[in-house]
Amino acid sequence: MSQVVLEKLKERFRDAILETHNFQGNETAQVKRESFLEIMHFLKDECGFEMLLDLCGVDHLPETPRFEVVYHLKSFSRGYRIRIKVRVPEDDPVVPSLVSIWKGANWYERECFEFYGIKFQGHPDLRPLLLYPEFEGYPLRKDYPHKKRQPRIPLLKPETR
Amino acid sequence: MGLETAFGEGWITTKLEFFINWARKYSLFQYPFITACCGMEYMSTMAAHYDLARFGAEFTRFTPRQADLLLVVGTINHKVAPVLRKVYEQMTEPKWVISFGACASTGGFYDNYAVLQGIDKIIPVDIYIPGCPPRPEMVLDAFLKIQDKVQKYKLLEQK
Repeated sequence: MSQVVLEKLKERFRDAILETHNFQGNETAQVKRESFLEIMHFLKDECGFEMLLDLCGVDHLPETPRFEVVYHLKSFSRGYRIRIKVRVPEDDPVVPSLVSIWKGANWYERECFEFYGIKFQGHPDLRPLLLYPEFEGYPLRKDYPHKKRQPRIPLLKPETR
Repeated sequence: MGLETAFGEGWITTKLEFFINWARKYSLFQYPFITACCGMEYMSTMAAHYDLARFGAEFTRFTPRQADLLLVVGTINHKVAPVLRKVYEQMTEPKWVISFGACASTGGFYDNYAVLQGIDKIIPVDIYIPGCPPRPEMVLDAFLKIQDKVQKYKLLEQK
């Protein structure tokens, strides 16, 4: 249904759109990080995507670039949905923040930063959101040890199963 | 027509320890520490159909300082673990603890960075109720077992 949006994107941004596909009605575009902010502005202002539904991180560990951030947009006025993906390398895990476009991106980006260590450039207050302050590391990265625990108080017995 | 009419104006003899434990076990004041979906099953146990009040434990307290039975109902993660320890420490002796459901007892299927693998890692536990969530019958059975444990409590041999 949102195929027309993908066509518009490809026509307007050409090389910045690395790949598009449509699996069971989920229109998806993989975009270059350099043009990402411009593309998102275009989607909000000219394609009518009023709402950022979700934002999440992905860790594709053996691959390069390692990380990916996935954005889901919704247009209520036109009934469109679209998914935008942007890949970021491990040595420079930075994506432009979308808080200036959709205010709702604020906590999503803080959560993504906390669990994957992906930084959002231009975020007004990029602090961890959910875990306790003593927590170290990024627990949803694939190289975070599966059995690693960080208790806040001394335990009566070891935490094994 | 209660028990008192059967005795008339007579009197009975008993041991102080037996009498105190008997009074305690039929008036358990509980503090439910509910963090997850097991709370629904706790509510159904408390409500009219299963009616925990029949066992003298209908009185839910809203501060641990007035409770003598701590029910840990639901998943405890590392973030909330110090809170649970503090709640337990605020309860006055004698006190008992029921670990309600798979998550509180072992961490359940949450074997990850965030979840404490059983509350017995931070506080002593008297009865574990398995199940995800446990049936109300299992909760009632746990209360009966706690009552047995209260009845056997030694006043003079305290921890």
